Amino acid sequence: MTDAIEVRHVAKTFAVGKGRVVAVDDVSFSIPAGGVLGVVGESGCGKSTLARVILGLLSPDSGEVEIEGQKIAALDRKARARLIQPVFQDPFSSLNPLTRIRDIVALPLVAQGTLGRTEIARKVDEMLGRVGLSAEMGRRLPAELSGGQRQRVAIARALVLRPRVVVCDEPTSALDVSVQAQILNLLAELRRDLGLTYLFISHNLAVVEHVASEVAVMYLGRLVEQAPTETLFARPEHPYTKALLASVLTPEPGLGVPDVGLGDTLPDPANIPSGCRFHPRCPVAEPRCSTETPPFKPRASGGVECLLVP
Amino acid sequence: MTALLEVERLQVRFGATAAVRGASLSVAPGETHCLVGESGCGKSVTALAVMNLLARGGGRQAERLAFEGEDLLKLSERGMARLRGNAMAMIFQEPMTSLNPAYTVGSQMTEVLRRHKGASQRVAIDRAADLLARVGITAPGLRLGQFPHQLSGGLRQRVMIAMALMCEPRLLIADEPTTALDVTVQAQILRLLAGLQRDLGLGLLLITHDLGVVARVATRVSVMYAGEVVERAPTAELFANPRHPYTQGLLRCVPVPGKIRRDQPLGAIRGTVPRIGAGFAGCAFRERCDFADETCQRTIPRRSMGAAHDYLCRLPA
Repeated sequence: MTDAIEVRHVAKTFAVGKGRVVAVDDVSFSIPAGGVLGVVGESGCGKSTLARVILGLLSPDSGEVEIEGQKIAALDRKARARLIQPVFQDPFSSLNPLTRIRDIVALPLVAQGTLGRTEIARKVDEMLGRVGLSAEMGRRLPAELSGGQRQRVAIARALVLRPRVVVCDEPTSALDVSVQAQILNLLAELRRDLGLTYLFISHNLAVVEHVASEVAVMYLGRLVEQAPTETLFARPEHPYTKALLASVLTPEPGLGVPDVGLGDTLPDPANIPSGCRFHPRCPVAEPRCSTETPPFKPRASGGVECLLVP
Repeated sequence: MTALLEVERLQVRFGATAAVRGASLSVAPGETHCLVGESGCGKSVTALAVMNLLARGGGRQAERLAFEGEDLLKLSERGMARLRGNAMAMIFQEPMTSLNPAYTVGSQMTEVLRRHKGASQRVAIDRAADLLARVGITAPGLRLGQFPHQLSGGLRQRVMIAMALMCEPRLLIADEPTTALDVTVQAQILRLLAGLQRDLGLGLLLITHDLGVVARVATRVSVMYAGEVVERAPTAELFANPRHPYTQGLLRCVPVPGKIRRDQPLGAIRGTVPRIGAGFAGCAFRERCDFADETCQRTIPRRSMGAAHDYLCRLPA
């Protein structure tokens, strides 16, 4: 079976001032149809750049992306829009404030230019219903909606063309926990009903554990560990994955705040360390970690990039 | 124990909208009191009302509002300005909008100490550098000369914290201080605050919607909903024995690592927070509550579960 998303050796750097920032460095992975790959990592690790490359919004310096067997770089905008769609973090800035909800959701259909007015209206109504918004809501402006309702609009807009793949970039980070739960439940329901594949980017590991079937951990542009969700949470191998998991504050009173041992040095994508790029912060680093480049060690599913694991 | 901060039946209105409706809470020296709730529930407005920093058009009333026994309601703006940033300091949620983009970190940090304590620039710079180092900023000398836009989000937030500590406050009000940060940096900053509390006996009023943070750092918790404190309890008690249906709902919404099953829906609270207009009576949560009946439209009793735990609901203890 073809994978829904196939990412091969994708690299992307940006020129910043006189230097270059390595955002994504030789990243490869695939997601089977119907799967959910969670991508986690700190700010600046390249997860959003990776999302933009996969969406075809940025062209990679090297490497390629295939969605359902089709090279994304070879597709025009309309064809791309029918295959893959984004849902972004901030429902306050990703909706045009002067456009009514109905028209926002209708725009992808209008842009395709294949359907008549009545057919578009029918599809918009159906989509609004699916995401739990009333027809009356459709006549409102974004400012008249709550954060959760706006995120529902963004989801309706992403799904109205019935794409195969949805890239969710921190879709619930701007929302309250009660609303976050509603949106996560809605995304899960839509995936089941419409047979979607998700790339789900989040810095909230508890959320990722809940939604993802597989998790990829990124650090300074590299994919340093990938594993099925249960495996990654039960037996993380990379010291960075371990530190990330240890940082999660679960709602369990009395445990206090853990010392994850990462020190105070923050990663700087404009100044990538030699050897293993995690070594300056790694609590178990050895001298060779600062000189040798760690190989990617494959596992039954996924793998890990660290000199210190067998 | 004498409370550092006492707030009794605080009311804040913006025109016809009631933002805070009779909220009471207190903070003791050395304790962390967490104020939790969803956006718009009045947590930030409560903090701003305490600091007398409400936006124009906002009016506050209270039966009592006192800092170390001093009545803040009777205090002149000059008197308040003497306390603010000095004995009581605040960390705001958005470090980018609350730092002045036109001044260096150093000049913003030293201003506080020079103004409140009449310190010399040299003394102030030394203290600023010392505090930046304590909040985990490497090369503080370099940072003092930089402008806010030259710092990352995590660094800016640490600068805000260091600045709030310049005058050794006895009360620190922190509004979502770690919400915008990575989990790794969040853990670092929360450990730092806990250390400062131990060392300086600092009282902390921590505003957050993150129940993970609450569980790990709070001494006591007040849950706010639509401008009211609907439940308050010591932390372990609140998590083990939540009584208000809203508190119960909030706790069910949080995915707990290792204890959740995929493909099983998370608990969610249906509907949205109502807007409270004039003449509103009864429980503000009733539209979203599974246990609501017609009595919820009348005045709701505050029920007590022992000395430190009470909640606002018709359901008996």
